[in-house]
Amino acid sequence: MNFGFSDEHDAIRDTLARMLSDHATLAVAHDCLEAADGFDSATWAALADGGWLGLAIAEDYGGAAMGAIELAIVAEEIGRSLAAIPFGPVLGLAIPAIQDLGTQSQRENLLPRIAEGRMIVTVALAEDGGSAPERVSAKVLQDRLSGRKSPVSFASDASFAIVAALDEGGTARLYLADLSDPSVSISALDAIDRTRPTSEIVFHDTPVELLPGSDPAAIRTLLDGAAVLAAFEQIGLAERALFLTRDYACERQAFGRQIGSFQAVKHRLADMFAKIELARSNAFFGAWALASGDERLSEAAAVARLAALDAVQFTTEESVQLHGGIGFTWAADPHLFLRRGWQLKAELGLADLWRERLLCNLADGQRAAN
Amino acid sequence: MDFSDSPEEAAFRAKARDWLDATATRRNGSEKAQDHFMARDADEVARARDWQARKADAGWAGLTWPRAFGGRDATPIEQVIWNQEEGRYAVPPNVFLIGIGLVGPTVMIHGTEDQKTRFLPRALTGEDIWCQLFSEPAAGSDLAGIRTRARREDDEWVISGQKVWTSGAHYSTHGILLARTDPQVPKHKGMTMFLVDMSDPAIETRPIRQISGSSSFNEVFIDNLRVPDSARLGGVSEGWKVALTTLMNERFSISVGRASGGARAEELIELATRVERNGRPAIEDGEVRARIADFIARQRGLEFTSYRVMTSLSRGQAPGEEGSIGKLLLGKLRQEMGAFGMDLAGTSAGISAKAGDDMARWRNEYLTAPGNRIAGGSDEIQRTIIGERILGLPPEIRVDKDVAFSEL
Repeated sequence: MNFGFSDEHDAIRDTLARMLSDHATLAVAHDCLEAADGFDSATWAALADGGWLGLAIAEDYGGAAMGAIELAIVAEEIGRSLAAIPFGPVLGLAIPAIQDLGTQSQRENLLPRIAEGRMIVTVALAEDGGSAPERVSAKVLQDRLSGRKSPVSFASDASFAIVAALDEGGTARLYLADLSDPSVSISALDAIDRTRPTSEIVFHDTPVELLPGSDPAAIRTLLDGAAVLAAFEQIGLAERALFLTRDYACERQAFGRQIGSFQAVKHRLADMFAKIELARSNAFFGAWALASGDERLSEAAAVARLAALDAVQFTTEESVQLHGGIGFTWAADPHLFLRRGWQLKAELGLADLWRERLLCNLADGQRAAN
Repeated sequence: MDFSDSPEEAAFRAKARDWLDATATRRNGSEKAQDHFMARDADEVARARDWQARKADAGWAGLTWPRAFGGRDATPIEQVIWNQEEGRYAVPPNVFLIGIGLVGPTVMIHGTEDQKTRFLPRALTGEDIWCQLFSEPAAGSDLAGIRTRARREDDEWVISGQKVWTSGAHYSTHGILLARTDPQVPKHKGMTMFLVDMSDPAIETRPIRQISGSSSFNEVFIDNLRVPDSARLGGVSEGWKVALTTLMNERFSISVGRASGGARAEELIELATRVERNGRPAIEDGEVRARIADFIARQRGLEFTSYRVMTSLSRGQAPGEEGSIGKLLLGKLRQEMGAFGMDLAGTSAGISAKAGDDMARWRNEYLTAPGNRIAGGSDEIQRTIIGERILGLPPEIRVDKDVAFSEL
């Protein structure tokens, strides 16, 4: 039984955590919240310099060819840092889509530039908040895409988007669209987390290129993998919010005692911890399934996502609460975590979507067994 | 990351399986795993003793005990592997869990040579069955508040008081008993531990009926029980230290890898397919689907948490922070699932379940689950432990810490 990270993994984590704590401080997160474009390009460039963006890209395309376990570690640390960078859209979705489903020339053109931090490729799967491939209505006719996609993260900073749309036969596929094409209009949305610039994109007869490996099943698998990585990102975020609150509870005095000595506070912090650790266990299983290509990936991704959503919402809401009045202020840190939590929820679909995926998956499994 | 055994673990598993194959009968698919540690009747006690004797003969009893005491010097992960393998066979309940898991290790550390030779071999072979006489009506979570008194009279101790929640006391031959020997000092300082013979007429055991209707634990009345000083385990007034050894071993003997026996959340899918809600199959109802999916996610989380605990053991480490959440989350999950199962099944389960009715299972689940939330450290105590030991929060204010017990 070896269901955990190794010493080598811990070393990778430490290196990255040090780098992130130099660049992506909470002060930077506050600045990004005020900025017109919340993208923290300095941290993104530092990640590129350190080779982190190409971590899971094949060596032929300038990457380090590492796997899902290493990516999971990166996800957790980036979640913890609250860095305003497109980890999920790029490393969770775009890179595996291009690498696993794209053409040779798509890989050659895009992957090295992504790894070097010279280009951002985002993904536009969702329409009106959903992100299930079966809910896609954007269409491609004769290699031209029309439709409305939202929310799309980091569209304003991206050169290309990988877009889910129906082909001429009505099947959901993925297409590569150049966002600088005049037929593309991008309008900023007022997202809850402005450190994650979010837009609506309208495509009108936009020339696109098919990712030939993409079909509904491949898109589902892609989403599953992204959900596992997002779960690690969510766990990092939730754990930081917990520790922030723990520190405050040890420091803040009321009724002549540290408030963390009151069970009403202490026990809530313990509940946060329990939810986070439960989510971590599910995320571990997801990372294992993703790394080993196990057939239980879909189930693993769903339970990882559900537990992570629950842990993040509880932890970030109670973090605001336990900070008292100060937690309700713009200047304090807790709302940064609350906002990011909601953003990570919106990007890959709400709990309902993943509950249905879990139940349908189990039903399919049962039918297959009978 | 992988789930496979290391070569040493695989070899141990194969050896265990060979012996079990030759000695016991495999459970068939529908037969439930033996997940409880209480015998239902004298016949089950006898079968348990017989099975334990055969295990001891072949060197499979007291796995983690040192060889010097007849054990196998096995690692905790080997114990887990054994639990997994033994769980595949139709074997009687492990009524020796307290003797081998808790009392044995405590005697090894705090016992005299005479106590070790007297008690350890018989615990191993199953001749003796032990119970834990710790909790009292006025001392549960706050164990150091016990009132059972032991007074010194020459070479003897005279013990009087009442214990409660004593699992298996009615068929145990021996008990490990915590008593107050000095009420004039603060509560943690005036206790002493004893090893007592449960057949003494000064000890009376009465079963307690639980809300589920069954009885697995007892109240134990001790009325002027006379024991020699040689029954004392550890120093006079050192009972708390001895008790902590026992309690620490209780944590480690929790049966990681043993089938949990509780209902699987997937069973609710099957139930929801059979019953109706608002005039259509319950499984088509959005709220029903959401609740079941969330139960599955939580139950998987607990299952995978046990893998993390096993990984720590496999690496030769004590279970880390992950180990502390399983106990806290399991009881509540079972309780909620039981309640939901009853809701789903409607009146047939909640009010009028017939014996043997499949739906009665959810009611039983619901009425058994509170035990998980209380026994072995209540949810509230677990939260305090997580808060203080893991998160480093300031300790509870203990107003009684420096006050003589008699002044409380």
